[in-house]
Amino acid sequence: MIARRFFILLFAAALAVLAAPRSIAAQQPAADPATEATVKRLASELRCPVCQGVSIEDSPTELANEMKSVIRGQLQEGKTPEQVKAYFVERYGEWILLQPKASGFNLIVYVLPLIMLLVGAGFVYRTVKRWSAVDPSELPLATAGGAGGGTEE
Amino acid sequence: MNWKRITVTVALLIPVVALLAYGMTLDPRALPSTMPGKEAPTFDLQVMEGAEAEERAILAQHQGGVVVLNFWASWCLACRSEHSALSNVASMYEGTEVQFYGVLYNDVPKNAERYIRNMGGQTYPTLLDPGSRTAIDYGLYGVPETFFIGPDGTVAYKHVGPVTEALLVEWIERLRIPTGGAS
Repeated sequence: MIARRFFILLFAAALAVLAAPRSIAAQQPAADPATEATVKRLASELRCPVCQGVSIEDSPTELANEMKSVIRGQLQEGKTPEQVKAYFVERYGEWILLQPKASGFNLIVYVLPLIMLLVGAGFVYRTVKRWSAVDPSELPLATAGGAGGGTEE
Repeated sequence: MNWKRITVTVALLIPVVALLAYGMTLDPRALPSTMPGKEAPTFDLQVMEGAEAEERAILAQHQGGVVVLNFWASWCLACRSEHSALSNVASMYEGTEVQFYGVLYNDVPKNAERYIRNMGGQTYPTLLDPGSRTAIDYGLYGVPETFFIGPDGTVAYKHVGPVTEALLVEWIERLRIPTGGAS
């Protein structure tokens, strides 16, 4: 009885979702496959202003949906992908780009990890070289009577 | 003690630590706003409470005046705390060159009308923004956000979060062009 009631409610909920008015973005007709591929690519490069850690391609928010619709509309008007990105950068700042432009202060993001890697590698190299340069005779285990394989006569 | 090695290590670490320390002073949730100083994106939107069908609000009609553009939604809790401030200040400037507009964001008129009734009314019009085009044009992150547009048609200031009466009056007075009469 309870299970039957549950499934009836579930069915009713599914009908309600299907009958719900769709957003304008969802109602917008899809563009041709090439344009849709570009929409998807651009949407993957732009940050969602609401769910800031994800792209608008991955974000479930309505704003992300509307922004994809703006991308689609602008591409269909003939704008280039760079012009579309510039539109969003002008309104939201470079922050809207998931990958910061490699210029100015942003260069630190690209250059610093490489520098740290080289510094670390240099440190490791010098340390290993210093260890391997140690005279074996100076090692405590190398003295006479130390642990070894010899047998006493 | 190898002072040379210590000196080189410290010299390399100082800029890194300084950069990280600077980063710690920043608020990672603070979002940049690029609109202040730029020409306000134009809009031509339907008035929700329009007495006549298809009554519209057009930004270009307010050249020379001050426009306060507030993005809000009925589901926005923070919007409730600024509702009376907006209505009160809008009333104060009624009949002047200062125009208040509310822009409904990601919501439906039925909910907005119920919200306004429950909040005791609204003294300025609310505009419908299908597809959030105007919201995206203004670089909206969420609601509430309020834009102050000056007589020269540029965005003078963008406020994120609820506004107060004092803030509204401060920015309006800063932007109004002095006239011969008393304000």
